Amino acid sequence: MQWDVVIGLEIHVQLATKTKIFSGSSTAYGAEPNTQASAVDLAMPGTLPVPNEQAFRYAVMFGLAVNAEIARRSVFERKNYFYPDLPKGYQTTQLERPIVGPGHVDIELADGSQKRVRIHHAHLEEDAGKSLHEDFHGMTGIDLNRAGTPLIEVVTEPDMRSSEEAVAFARKLHGLVTSLGICDGNMSEGSLRFDVNVSVRPKGQEALGTRTETKNLNSFRFMEQAIHQEVERQIDILEDGGTILQETRLYNGDTNVSRSMRSKEEANDYRYFPCPDLLPVDIDEAFIEDARSRLPELPDARKQRFMEQYGLNDYDAALLSNEAKLSAFFEDTVRHGKDAKLAANWIQGEFSARLNAEDKQVAESPISTEQLGGLVIRIADQTISSAGAKKVFEALWSGEAGSADEVIEAKGLKQVSDTGELEKLVDQVLAEMPEQIAQYQEADEKKRKKLMGGFMGPLMKASKGQGNPKLFNEILQRKLGG
Amino acid sequence: MHDKTVAELSSALASGQVSSVELTQHFLDRIRQDDSRYNAFITVTEEAALKDARAADERRQQGDVTPWTGIPFAHKDLFCTNGVRTTCGSKMLENFVPPYDATVTSKLREAGAVCLGKTNMDEFAMGSSTESSYFGATTNPWGERRVPGGSSGGSAAAVAARLVPAATATDTGGSIRQPAALCGITGLKPTYGRISRYGMVAFASSLDQAGTMTRTAQDSAMMLNVMAGHDPKDSTSIDRAVPDYTAELDQPLKGLRIGLPREYFTAQLSAAMEQTVRNAIAEYEKLGATVQEISLPHANLAIAAYYVIAPAECSANLSRFDGARYGYRCDNPKDLLDMYTRTRAEGFGSEVKRRILVGTYALSAGYYDAYYLKAQKVRRLIQQDFIEAFGQVDIIMSPTSPSPAFVQGEKTNDPVTMYLEDIFTISTNLAGLPAMSVPAGMMDGLPVGLQMIGDYFSEARLLNAAHQFQQVTDWHQMTPAR
Repeated sequence: MQWDVVIGLEIHVQLATKTKIFSGSSTAYGAEPNTQASAVDLAMPGTLPVPNEQAFRYAVMFGLAVNAEIARRSVFERKNYFYPDLPKGYQTTQLERPIVGPGHVDIELADGSQKRVRIHHAHLEEDAGKSLHEDFHGMTGIDLNRAGTPLIEVVTEPDMRSSEEAVAFARKLHGLVTSLGICDGNMSEGSLRFDVNVSVRPKGQEALGTRTETKNLNSFRFMEQAIHQEVERQIDILEDGGTILQETRLYNGDTNVSRSMRSKEEANDYRYFPCPDLLPVDIDEAFIEDARSRLPELPDARKQRFMEQYGLNDYDAALLSNEAKLSAFFEDTVRHGKDAKLAANWIQGEFSARLNAEDKQVAESPISTEQLGGLVIRIADQTISSAGAKKVFEALWSGEAGSADEVIEAKGLKQVSDTGELEKLVDQVLAEMPEQIAQYQEADEKKRKKLMGGFMGPLMKASKGQGNPKLFNEILQRKLGG
Repeated sequence: MHDKTVAELSSALASGQVSSVELTQHFLDRIRQDDSRYNAFITVTEEAALKDARAADERRQQGDVTPWTGIPFAHKDLFCTNGVRTTCGSKMLENFVPPYDATVTSKLREAGAVCLGKTNMDEFAMGSSTESSYFGATTNPWGERRVPGGSSGGSAAAVAARLVPAATATDTGGSIRQPAALCGITGLKPTYGRISRYGMVAFASSLDQAGTMTRTAQDSAMMLNVMAGHDPKDSTSIDRAVPDYTAELDQPLKGLRIGLPREYFTAQLSAAMEQTVRNAIAEYEKLGATVQEISLPHANLAIAAYYVIAPAECSANLSRFDGARYGYRCDNPKDLLDMYTRTRAEGFGSEVKRRILVGTYALSAGYYDAYYLKAQKVRRLIQQDFIEAFGQVDIIMSPTSPSPAFVQGEKTNDPVTMYLEDIFTISTNLAGLPAMSVPAGMMDGLPVGLQMIGDYFSEARLLNAAHQFQQVTDWHQMTPAR
């Protein structure tokens, strides 16, 4: 049977406020356990929450960025459940009246098409602390530094039909919140956490199948793997005549295995009710306009500008515009290196590959935009060949030299473009290859192209790799009779 | 000296007739000699009190004086006091020492008042007799086996027995007014939001309000001057200027419109109680007030609505007492669930457990609409009743409680009878209105309170009316026989 896959996402976005949503404690990551937990965060008796205005501003900015309605009045509720890393015994969140209403995000797919993913709503809430089950023999450690960190939980409609679409949406959302500056986007530190709702249904069927929720996927790769796996699991069960259990599942990225965490029957009754310690939040036009005025250029607009300003194609523009830091890196490189297309190729190629391989962020790049721009200039003016360019890039990456020109000088990578000199080399090489010349001259147009390579190798060798391949090619064609 | 009011003691201190150290020692001596009879105090802070008294005397030397400098008083044991244990009358917090002051605590501290200790109360302020305290019942100074009312029975008994000239208290459904009535003193519950709740251990957040326990309206006005005001740490406290509540005490009452709700003066009210209250109201008529019957059509729904809303809020507010971070924890928990269940089973008394269960039930899926939501609707209707009534009258009067102090143990086995103690007081908490109880007569040798309910933020008017009444009556000066 053919199956349709239906995917919806819930995303927890940690807001990059300096202090917590209801207390003045710092939200900085990585501090000693419980050093950023005040009496309010510890839920000491009698303490009360005081809302952080910046969290509301960020939530409104997010809402505007996803073309959503901003609720003029939103209400905090208490979600009741017991857990040691939830100090009050309830999470302060929004349910009936979230701050961000319906909206949408458009994603680009690999085939160049666009798709609209609808946002059901986004609400403000506080994060819980962390339970540390390791390092404490037979006990659990509690770290409340994270407790009270502001989050927006973004809930999409079940609009995605494959893991590719889900990941494309996730990447888009990542680019959006980091461009907005409302989230640092650091997934390994939990700044952005994805829960995936997956169901399958026979192709053509209207009604949705029973869904499962897989929680806390902290990388795009894990997300993709987890969806693949869950889809296969569900199809296997259905094709064996079984039924899908509505449940929450936990995915382990290291083993690529998911397991059931709790079923619907075991789910808590959270007994939501409006939080009596917090008044309803009223947001006026002025606050919304102020938030709007703070919106930076967003990926969609940036993509359009990259196409117009730099002549990039749709695909390149989409890739380079999504993440603000990468976009800035690109634009700075172009400023230094002039040739936008070359800069785009190098950033998406060698540069991104190296970052990925070394698990580095753009900000951690050992190579500066000025250095990469200098390299682009020398490629563009044909001072170096593409092989030479790779060597320059390596040298700059490893910090051997300060600029492309220094590397070119030190390693003698400058191409020889003196036609007289190159002609001499061509004559020497051709003198030793009569058979190949004959073969070439008998060949048809298509075959000749292939055979040309046979001359280029020895030529590059004879020039110690410094001959300008483009010029060699021209001279060869002339000599061999094109 | 102990028969003097706060105003009189303030003058005595100002004239140098007595020092704060002498005064403090005098009241500490009285507590030591007499409190074994009443059990009004959970904790007496003799050393800290004498230190504060010395500091107050020094401040006075330097001319840094407020009307409260050097005046001894006591806190209900649910106001957090930095470094002094705050038990809330519960085993759960038997050894809890907060590292912070409630806003009310720090305001009185800054004014130079000298805290002698923490007074007894129904556990977590849930009760109308101060019998549910983990630290034993408090006895009413007016009758050996009589309850002082509750939940602020310790504060009321301490003031009535002249162990302190004033005490703080809180009122969620009558917990200031009913014990004030039963102990023959003056109690004021201000408008919701008038006094910060920060550092008050919460029972029902939307109903809890701090107030005063004094012998006279004048002292109450002086105390409210210190306690009232907006607090950035409590989002539900109201940002509104604090008048000098003593300024209008002497205004004549001519033209004051008094309303008597027909729903409160029914056949169920004992003839003796009705007569006592009507005699008091007759005094007001002599002072120039006019009296008319009014209607509060939804008054009969108040208790039912209250016993949904208050338990619902308390069920969440008390979730933080889980044994994880502070307070009582059961011995040798075998796992998390065991820690939660035994800690809470052993740490809470039966009335607290009853209300947590009721509240949890009322908020549960499938019952929320029928209980919590409906109760909130009733709450709005009750509020509307009052708003309409205050279109016709300035102050609504009624008995504070259905009967004078009852015998200990009489109602402990019948929670509903106990709940009916608050039949006249509860609706003002639901509406958030200010109200007072003033001594207004005697029945069988026991004091009777007159309840006066005012419009929002009409505390000055209420205090004026109470003060004028106390100029022409001497019920507030009656002293229980030793």
